[in-house]
Amino acid sequence: MTEPRHDANVSPEQAAQTGTLAARISLTHRAGGVAVPVVTVLVAFLMGGVVVLATGHNPLLAYRDVFNGAGLNWIFHPTTNIADTAAYHLSQTLLATTTLILTGLAVAFAFRCGMFNIGGQGQYFVGFYVANWVGFALEGMTPVLHILLAIGAAVLAGAIWAGIAGVLKATVGAHEVISTIMLNWIAIWIGEWLVADGGPLQDPSQPFNPTSKAVSPGAQLPVFWGSQSLQGLHIGIFIALAALVAFWAILNRTTLGYEVRAVGFNPDAAAYGGIDVRKNIIRAMAISGAFAGLAGALDMLGYIYQFSQNDIPVSAVGFLGIAVALLGRNTAIGTLLGALLFGGLLFGTTHGLTSNVISPELAGNLTYIIQGLVVLFIGADVLILYLWNSRRRGRRRRPPAPSAEAAA
Amino acid sequence: MTTAWTNRLENPVSARLRDPAFTGYLGLFLGAFAAFLAIPPIEARTLTWPVVVGIAATLLGIWTATRGRRRLGYGAVATGVLGIGLGILATRSGTENLHAVFDPTLIAQTFGFATPLVFGAIAGMFSERSGVVNIGLEGMMLMGAFWGVYGADKGGNWIVGILLGAAVGALLALVYAYFAIHLRSDQIVGGTAVNFLALGVTGYFFVQLYHNNYVPNGVSTIPNIRIPGLSGTHFFGPAIGNLNLMIWAGFVLVIVSYVVLFKTPIGLRIRACGEHPRAADTVGINVYAVRYACVVLSGVLAALGGVYLSTGNIGGGTFIANMTNGRGFIALAAMIFCNWRPAGAFGAAVLFGFSSALALRLQVYSASAATLFNVLPYVLTLIAVAGVIGRTVAPAADGKPYAKQ
Repeated sequence: MTEPRHDANVSPEQAAQTGTLAARISLTHRAGGVAVPVVTVLVAFLMGGVVVLATGHNPLLAYRDVFNGAGLNWIFHPTTNIADTAAYHLSQTLLATTTLILTGLAVAFAFRCGMFNIGGQGQYFVGFYVANWVGFALEGMTPVLHILLAIGAAVLAGAIWAGIAGVLKATVGAHEVISTIMLNWIAIWIGEWLVADGGPLQDPSQPFNPTSKAVSPGAQLPVFWGSQSLQGLHIGIFIALAALVAFWAILNRTTLGYEVRAVGFNPDAAAYGGIDVRKNIIRAMAISGAFAGLAGALDMLGYIYQFSQNDIPVSAVGFLGIAVALLGRNTAIGTLLGALLFGGLLFGTTHGLTSNVISPELAGNLTYIIQGLVVLFIGADVLILYLWNSRRRGRRRRPPAPSAEAAA
Repeated sequence: MTTAWTNRLENPVSARLRDPAFTGYLGLFLGAFAAFLAIPPIEARTLTWPVVVGIAATLLGIWTATRGRRRLGYGAVATGVLGIGLGILATRSGTENLHAVFDPTLIAQTFGFATPLVFGAIAGMFSERSGVVNIGLEGMMLMGAFWGVYGADKGGNWIVGILLGAAVGALLALVYAYFAIHLRSDQIVGGTAVNFLALGVTGYFFVQLYHNNYVPNGVSTIPNIRIPGLSGTHFFGPAIGNLNLMIWAGFVLVIVSYVVLFKTPIGLRIRACGEHPRAADTVGINVYAVRYACVVLSGVLAALGGVYLSTGNIGGGTFIANMTNGRGFIALAAMIFCNWRPAGAFGAAVLFGFSSALALRLQVYSASAATLFNVLPYVLTLIAVAGVIGRTVAPAADGKPYAKQ
């Protein structure tokens, strides 16, 4: 599994039609860099709209309500007053974005090393459980230390969970997709067991209620926008933004990142160049898992605080991370934009939605449809490139402008 | 070949007995038998027999492993140790609980849980044997589950449900096939997309078509097959005398798919496309056509597993959001666990079905520990792909898009 190869996806016919090599490279770069995600999102929303239309709802009004539900209408009258509906909804969208940035990075980092980490959900859960356990078991610690310890433990747990898949790939060649899928389900069932009646994390003061204890107040992340009781925006968003910078810096400014990318481009060439491929596979998976574990920790310490058996099957943030990373072309800035889009969709179609056009139950599933379409189309960028090419060809036929080719 | 035959002719019995394949399978059988001794209907209340039989299984396993069949040998060792362990647990536990867990309906329930996995695993096998990885089994199964119950409800007959479910499964598989084969998009990404898409589409239409999130009672369900001579008997009656039609269909499917894949020219073509598509193309096999057919067949079979889930005797004509809940992935695991082979996949599916049935029943001992039993299929598959007990080998061209020249 490698990162989508732009050049390899262009057929010889397409290359011949677009002229010089420089033009072709420029085209694929531009098309691959920006056009693919943009067109993909547009097509996905369009097709989602068709489904909405076919089932007798007005898609334009539905999307308007989702836009407002996500709090994006806040930009028309910005305010820091959390009592304002738009501001509150925006804070909730950013809460979801925080998580998705990190689960997106978990997928993106492995991708840069040529691996598909489909196990972000499991790594997220492992971090989630560990943060909960450290969060309530060490009650009475110094608050800042407690937070750091809980986050550190969760990050480590996520790294180990993904590291299992990395070790299996590096040592016996087990495909990381299969092992991370299995690890996902193992993590899910372990979570069900942890809070089942008599399970290790179950709250003994509430017998027969499959719920964990709550994280002690000392381990809860400070909220800076809104109130703690109303799921205010916690400082985790800055940690997530810092993780974006760290992701970029690790990949582009360190030897580790260089080696990871080299392995991702061509493991054989990297090995020939003296890079330890196995070590980098394990490292890349562990770092991926660390991002996902951090996401779980921030959610647990930031606003969820405790979890029950019912919370486990409904969480899809790890899987949404796949769409976020693919849409963001596995770059830092792209992941941020993808996380904003899906964060808005996630909240705007469910809890944030007040609409007489489309019900939240319906729109919540629309998010999954759009997510599926995004992933489907982004995986087939040859299709988008073809559309892009045919548009250019159409434009070129009208005015014969040879200089445009050189400029492109 | 001749020497092997002459050896057998000279000393037919002992040669057969020393054959590592024979000792390995005997070890597997004895390991299972060790645990079986301690549970009803035999129900030995002393430890002696389970331990003796279990040790025999372990020794046979070691013998096999040292003579070349490592995977089989270690499997037998593991089964033997497991058999002893289960025997100890069973002899220590109360008779009443034991009877509640191990009654003949456990067999029926095992087959009930195994059937969606059997369909899913065979579905995945056809797709992957032709060279297309199918991570989207879960989604195709989920589509079958919803549209199957919808067809049975609105069409008034379970046959309509089966047809509609299979048709929608085929349609989704066709979309996936187009992306995976013609557009040569990444098959893992495409399959992941199929899963998301199915989750969204079934959830969306479930809310849209059943406003109160509830399929009304009295949906026509797939009938059970009553075997006249058996259904009255003490043990076989509750065990296999009254199984669902789809369970029997699953048994037939395994045999048919084995014959088709390994004994017919069609199967040879399918496997050629999965092992070496260029060579297959050279001898005039239409690789794209074979792959399309296999992926669509895969969609139909996975969807049928889903139809059974919602419209068979376990679901009883209901649907809930994300009903498959990972069964597509267990089916995938069953297929990988036994090396992309029909009989093995069936065995793994039954084993995983058994673990699900046990997980449900062991709650009489401990609710939380029983939940943990659900992990078994995934852990076993992880061990299998880790190569601890031999290596799993996928078809050589599995997951690699083929570009015609």
